[in-house]
Amino acid sequence: MTIEKFVECFAELKVINKGTQLDREVTGPYCCDLLSIAMSKMPQGAAWVTVMANVNTLAVATLAEAACIILAEGATLDTDALDKAKEKGVTVLGTHLPVFETALLVYNRINE
Amino acid sequence: MNDKIILKYKVDCDDFTRAGEASSSVKRKLKLMGFDPEIIRKVAISLYEGEINMVIHSYGGTIEVIISPDEIEMILVDKGPGIENIELAMQAGYSTAPDKIRSLGFGAGMGLPNMKKYSDDLNIESIVGVGTTLRIRVYVPIEE
Ligand SMILES: Nc1ncnc2c1ncn2[C@@H]1O[C@H](COP(=O)(O)OP(=O)(O)OP(=O)(O)O)[C@@H](O)[C@H]1O
Ligand SMILES: [Mg+2]
Repeated sequence: MTIEKFVECFAELKVINKGTQLDREVTGPYCCDLLSIAMSKMPQGAAWVTVMANVNTLAVATLAEAACIILAEGATLDTDALDKAKEKGVTVLGTHLPVFETALLVYNRINE
Repeated sequence: MNDKIILKYKVDCDDFTRAGEASSSVKRKLKLMGFDPEIIRKVAISLYEGEINMVIHSYGGTIEVIISPDEIEMILVDKGPGIENIELAMQAGYSTAPDKIRSLGFGAGMGLPNMKKYSDDLNIESIVGVGTTLRIRVYVPIEE
């Protein structure tokens, strides 16, 4: 599923920033809040579910080539981080669901 | 194309808004130069971890990246407290990151182990109270 389609097919997920490169594939969910672990373990094209919502999350998402970031538990970007998301063209979604439920939702939708 | 390309960056301590800029910039350049995605990934991860360690643990410093057809060499020099026990710092899970930094998602103690894993050669020299110098090399296999 492309990021473009992915963003459209979840009523549960709010679009915080629509990025560029929307034709890339979303490969599956990945969960981790510790940046240096996410950096080395996240598969390319992951929908990265995390509660960390600062500029560093965006730097890691870009370097690890995540398809998008999904902020769970109602986490939101501060102004610096939102500017960074726009500058880097990173797609960021948000939800009040907990991390596991969010990842499960993504997993089921991608694999249905 | 035997020439080396040298890129230089300045890293300020505690400047999280710009942290990752050097690694992003190097990544972009390597992509344009047509390096293999796996090589780029190794460089990006190693350099990001080094860069962020300078932001968090040092008082700032410089990064020099030397791109040759057969290897990418990164030299990170910082002024700072230095690392007292390098062997201990290299252990997965070891971190002295304060709570304020941990709340940003750092402090897993995986930065140096990541650098070791994703580079082909890692050399650390550190003098306590003076600073730390890292030399990270990623080899580019010659295509037949
Ligand atoms: N440039 C540096 N100057 C001084 N101390 C450093 C430097 N780089 C690393 N260290 C020391 O080595 C420890 C381990 O570094 P490492 O990058 O593995 O983990 P971390 O930075 O604490 O956490 P993580 O990288 O997982 O977010 C640090 O906590 C710090 O004590
Ligand atoms: Mg580190």
